[in-house]
Amino acid sequence: MEKVTCECGHQNPYGTELCERCGKPLKEQQQLLNMRYEGVARRSQTYNRSVVDKVWNFFSSVKVGIWIIFLILVASIFGTIFPQEMFIPPNVDPAQYYGEEYGIAGEIFYTLGFHNLYGSWWYIALLAALTTSLIIASIDRVVPLYRALKNQRVTRHKSFLSRQRIFGESDVASQDATYEAVKEGLKKKKYNISEENGNLVAEKNRFARWGPYVNHVGLVLFLTGAMLRIFPGMYVDENVWVRDGDTVPLPGTDSQYYLESEGFTMETYDEDDEMYAEALERSGGPITETYRTEAVLYERVDGNVVGVDSEQQKVKSHDIEVNDPLTYDSYSIYQVDYKLNELYEMDFELESEETGEVYGDFTVNLFDPEDSYEIDDEREVTIHSYFPDFYFDDDNEPSTRSSIPDNPAFIFAFDGPEVEGTEHRFVGIQQNHPVTEDPVYNVSFAGIDTNHVTALTVRKDLTLPFLMAGGAIFMIGLIQGSYWTHRRIWLQKRGDDGFYVAGHTNKNWESLKRDVNAAIDGTDIESPEDQIVKKEESKKQSASADDRADTGEADKGGR
Amino acid sequence: MAELSQNLLMVAFFCYFAATVLFAVSATGKNFKNSSGDYVNRWGTYGFIMSIIGVLFALGYFGFRWAAAGHAPVSNMFEYTVFLGIAIGIAFVILYAMYRSTILGLFAMPIIMLIIAYAAIFPQEVEPLIPALQTVWLEIHVLTTALGQGILGISFVAGLIYLVRTIDVSKDRKNKRTFWLEFIMYGLLSVLGFVIVTNAFNFAGYESEIEYAAPLEDGETYQDVMDYHLPPIFGPSEGEVMTEGAMAPLIELPEWLEAGDVNSVMWALLAGLVLYGLLRLVFRRRVSALLKPAVRKVDPEKVDELAYRAVAIGFPIFTLGGLIFAMIWAQIAWTRFWGWDPKEVWALITFLFYAGYLHLRLSRGWHGEPSAWLVVIGFMIIMFNLIFVNLVIAGLHSYA
Ligand code: HEM
Repeated sequence: MEKVTCECGHQNPYGTELCERCGKPLKEQQQLLNMRYEGVARRSQTYNRSVVDKVWNFFSSVKVGIWIIFLILVASIFGTIFPQEMFIPPNVDPAQYYGEEYGIAGEIFYTLGFHNLYGSWWYIALLAALTTSLIIASIDRVVPLYRALKNQRVTRHKSFLSRQRIFGESDVASQDATYEAVKEGLKKKKYNISEENGNLVAEKNRFARWGPYVNHVGLVLFLTGAMLRIFPGMYVDENVWVRDGDTVPLPGTDSQYYLESEGFTMETYDEDDEMYAEALERSGGPITETYRTEAVLYERVDGNVVGVDSEQQKVKSHDIEVNDPLTYDSYSIYQVDYKLNELYEMDFELESEETGEVYGDFTVNLFDPEDSYEIDDEREVTIHSYFPDFYFDDDNEPSTRSSIPDNPAFIFAFDGPEVEGTEHRFVGIQQNHPVTEDPVYNVSFAGIDTNHVTALTVRKDLTLPFLMAGGAIFMIGLIQGSYWTHRRIWLQKRGDDGFYVAGHTNKNWESLKRDVNAAIDGTDIESPEDQIVKKEESKKQSASADDRADTGEADKGGR
Repeated sequence: MAELSQNLLMVAFFCYFAATVLFAVSATGKNFKNSSGDYVNRWGTYGFIMSIIGVLFALGYFGFRWAAAGHAPVSNMFEYTVFLGIAIGIAFVILYAMYRSTILGLFAMPIIMLIIAYAAIFPQEVEPLIPALQTVWLEIHVLTTALGQGILGISFVAGLIYLVRTIDVSKDRKNKRTFWLEFIMYGLLSVLGFVIVTNAFNFAGYESEIEYAAPLEDGETYQDVMDYHLPPIFGPSEGEVMTEGAMAPLIELPEWLEAGDVNSVMWALLAGLVLYGLLRLVFRRRVSALLKPAVRKVDPEKVDELAYRAVAIGFPIFTLGGLIFAMIWAQIAWTRFWGWDPKEVWALITFLFYAGYLHLRLSRGWHGEPSAWLVVIGFMIIMFNLIFVNLVIAGLHSYA
């Protein structure tokens, strides 16, 4: 498209509203100039023909952006009405749970899919729309804005100045003295002064204008980082239970790493501690002070022949506590849960059913029972069946719920000189029945051994660097745009007996007015007017005159 | 040392009260214009000094309690809520220094007092920290978040002033704006009423226990006891009053509602209604109309900018503390930076709300009154997250 040439000679891109160099309005403008983006040519305001234009214009609109933010906000609220699926007990059927717990509202919640709202396709689509909008809206503005601010000249067209929100003109006795005084005042307020032909523009904190764009870049990086999780291998999130003294391969590490627990400990707050006495009493039970796993991390080192010749090498030991994970390579291992005094070993004695004479004893490791135990040269106990967490299933058959020995039970088989063939017996906690008739042997409990078990989470997250960089850039941009404001004050000669003063800022006009007033203090220049306030006041005056007439209450108002 | 710190908080409370009085004198007294064109008078300056003294005493409370407990006193409802009050005080000092607005003091001081008084309803003893809280991230995250919320609290105060100043609440006006403004007044009075009622029943030593069948995760139930410090309007379903002579709940609630909390809310709403009704009866005017004389001289443009400025300052701090530091800590303590826990989601909602506000302010039509409504709503979201989400939608964060 062809360029637009201003009377000052500058060539402006097609669509420009205010000359980039001298500020003269190139298009019809309202009484006050729209200074939002210095009147530059923005793609979204200039073209609207092709589909690309339409999409571009849609996403570059702040109104659309606000709608997207608002929709995400409202959707997020819905997700907190009842717990998300990940917070309900793991062993229940969500289809029933919500209805039973929360009645009809719960059922609707479930039917609409709100129990898994933050992972739903439409929530993610909203986040994608937000990202698109951030990118397009930023590009649409930042490029031309940068050019306009770079091209601006000190001396401005009169109609640019007079149509600023802050504007005034004054006669002065001495132009030179006034000029110097104002310049000094502006310098004291830490403005950068540029001069040309006896006019000046005082400018401050232009870099604050880039704040929103910097923060949007940070946000885009963050959101992109979060979306990287859809690629496999970006993160690992696995749980593992480790018993005291055990070494286990760490899930999610391809058996590259092994972890040994040298012992789990838990401490509770001392009930005699005076400071906490009251609080401990109110809580009605001990409060956990700390729990920790003394962990040792091993790495598998392959020998010459892969898989055959490997051995484990110790790489790190660390006491893992809440808030203090073991970190190695890109993995972190966290303390998340524990179980105290889990059954570990059971001691039995083999005895005579009739006389109670003890033939010998044997110990069963509940996690790794042996097939059979030799009691002496003649007698042997064989494990026929083992149910670590015994119960009767729907068909009334003995069965186990899991491989965790919460309620261990056995069917033992005995061989020895006193019986012909093999004798069977069912033994569990508080249960002991012969399976075969006329039993000869019996077993009795001789003791149990327990162990602490620690629950750890193995984590790897390769998206974290993106998120951290995104978060940091976002904060920098946010502070840059929020704690500084771009202000400009123009002081321009009017003939040889007066001055125009105009000011513009992107926000906090009251503070700008204070700066202007401080700079012209003590000179002949009168305080410039806020043309918006002036207009509104005149509007209000006529309105409140009516008001007073019909309410009879005089509200003096205003400054 | 813990006791000394409680006393310092008392002193701070009275300083805030004194500052309120001074600001009130200033708002109704005579003004002169200073060199930058703002109205100030000496009483406002005295009020400002008094509020600084109050903040210093409050910080004294904070420091001594920190020293006594060995961790920053922000680990339960009492401590956190008090600190929010302190943070609003600090935010007020900062914004007063920028805008010299005495009217801001007149509104901010009572709100700070209200928040501290509300905090005092919760158990005040020093509590031991559960393992997840034993880290400097407790201090980093919570102090930053509360400071951000405190500054956003000042934007609420400024927004409220704007509304009281600009909305015509004379008797024959009746519209949505007057209704909602009165509604805000009623809300504030409810908090006040709740504080009064709770303290009155505590003083009288009211206590009653109700036993009920509490549900367990696996669908079973166990017998639990609910302590009531206010007479039960609402009780748990099929509860049994254990205290002799205590009244039975008037209404039984379904299991998934925390009857004790609903009961507190009901008392607050009722007490607010009584206070509000009394004020209306005595003065025969809207409550917001009673505040009108104090805001006569206020320049709406200036409070509008002040409210925006508070958001511009508070939003980055809130984001840093409530989202970024929160995520870092969650990654260390809970293995993941984000878990869609209700408290986390409500922090995100707060963030989105203020982001929306900032973008709305980019267009001119949203300055002034709409903007003022928005900052009022924003602070309500913050308070909702503090009170409702903490106490009612229990999640990982409900350590109070
Ligand atoms: C949650 C997401 C977002 C956050 C946290 C955010 C943050 C911000 C902030 C803090 C500002 C500065 C406002 C001020 O100084 O008053 C800003 C400005 C802006 N934002 Fe966003 N933004 C978000 C999303 C969006 C979206 C989706 C759009 C798309 C239209 C958008 C477009 C803009 C524009 C056009 C500006 C003005 C830039 C200027 O004045 O030069 N933002 N944003």
